[in-house]
Amino acid sequence: MTAVAVESLSVSLVNGAPPVIDSLSLAVTDGEVFGLVGPSGCGKSTLLRVLAGVNRDWRGSVELLHHRPQPHRRFSGSLRREVQMVFQDPYASLHPRHTVARALLEPLRLLDAERPRERMIQALSEVGLDPAIVSRYPHELSGGQRQRVAIARALLSSPRLLLLDEPTSALDLSVQAEILNLLDAVKSVHAVTMILVSHDMGVIAHMCDRAAVMGEGGRIRRLLGREELDRL
Amino acid sequence: MPWPMDCATSAIRAMGERALLSVRGLTVRSIAAPSRPIVDSISFDIGRERVGLVGESGSGKSLTARAVMGLLSRPLEALAERLEFEGADLQSFTQRQWDRLRGSKMALVLQDARYALNPVLSIGRQIEEMLLLHDRTVDRMRRVREVLSAVGLADPGVVRAYPHQLSGGMGQRAMLAMMLANGPTLLIADEPTSALDADLRTQVLELMCNGALTPSMGLLLISHDLQLVARYCDRAIVLYRGRIVDQGSAAHLSNSDHPYTRALWSCAPSGRTHGSRLPVFDRRRIDP
Repeated sequence: MTAVAVESLSVSLVNGAPPVIDSLSLAVTDGEVFGLVGPSGCGKSTLLRVLAGVNRDWRGSVELLHHRPQPHRRFSGSLRREVQMVFQDPYASLHPRHTVARALLEPLRLLDAERPRERMIQALSEVGLDPAIVSRYPHELSGGQRQRVAIARALLSSPRLLLLDEPTSALDLSVQAEILNLLDAVKSVHAVTMILVSHDMGVIAHMCDRAAVMGEGGRIRRLLGREELDRL
Repeated sequence: MPWPMDCATSAIRAMGERALLSVRGLTVRSIAAPSRPIVDSISFDIGRERVGLVGESGSGKSLTARAVMGLLSRPLEALAERLEFEGADLQSFTQRQWDRLRGSKMALVLQDARYALNPVLSIGRQIEEMLLLHDRTVDRMRRVREVLSAVGLADPGVVRAYPHQLSGGMGQRAMLAMMLANGPTLLIADEPTSALDADLRTQVLELMCNGALTPSMGLLLISHDLQLVARYCDRAIVLYRGRIVDQGSAAHLSNSDHPYTRALWSCAPSGRTHGSRLPVFDRRRIDP
């Protein structure tokens, strides 16, 4: 079963400039943790933004959880729920003037969830946060707590594909360890497919079943299996 | 094994020289909450050696460095029984004396060159400014070229380049060049490579800890990465919640028996840790 199949995908961010991603093909299996590594500017994040439906200006073919999103169109139907993203800097991805409660209740309202408060408390305890923090603002949380809130928010809609864009590179090693343990637990509980972008080979080797080493223009230089990753 | 404080101090004395920096009972606190110090009465010495100051974020590493350089501003304040640099009492320094010291004898390298460098001055001009402020007798253009080539930026184009035209690694080298311009005796580097990716990190650290560091200099490297400190420093001081909980020679960090040091050491992920939980420490056990 393939969760994500991308064929000859090309993305240009600036008209006339060489494409950031040039004819990329990639397949990710259902339930897999797939890593993307490469130098800055190689198109890792751009690929994630296409898969999240944030960047809709692309050419090629994309199959996502058995849906076929079209370029220049917003995601529709269940895809909007099933694909969620966690960003590098949780301070930038959480609204600075919304409390944790508001950040989590808003998506629940959009999903027409029953008993939203209960769901919120449950989501917070799942990521190891004390429910008492719901009245806090992002600046009143530590970096690790903020990233936990971002992960809790992404999990609210029971996604089947989780896109993780450098989820720990803004964090200390000790906090990084806690977040990676959390992601491991999320994977075993929710049976979710993950695509993890990182420039840290250690993080990729710890988390992923397979990984692609990307180069200039989103070209895939090497595909690494568990055997290669074990040696890192 | 953790070393008692006096042991490290006497090691410096045994080498027949005085510590460059001597700190006793340094406390940093906010005026708003004087009963809860952020750095709590720490003591250490730094000689002509490479010392790593490690700990999690919020452990007080950066504030310690800032207090030593007299860079704290309200509502933060620093108190110490002793704060000496090359035998001079820093606590009695006037603004003028601080201005003379900072950027010449004592220099600070920051985390992100993109924010630390002045965006509207060329690299050459910024390094020249350091010389103008501290030593007007040198041949400035020559010295600028010297320090730039010492950090591996010999290309004459760099002198005229502006910070945004340099990559992250080059920017960090340029900042290092600027700090080396006046021949400091103590270089303080606050997470100098956290904004760089893995390859550049090694290059910059190699340069900072081995290439550019002369035997007459001391280095205080602030980092949250224990393995990096073990590789590049002679000695390490481990901070937790503003207190020194462990210290010793950097080579022995890996077999320290302090739970905090052990967790910090082994929490780095790799291929070998796949499928297992990474060690995290039980904060309640370490908290006083």
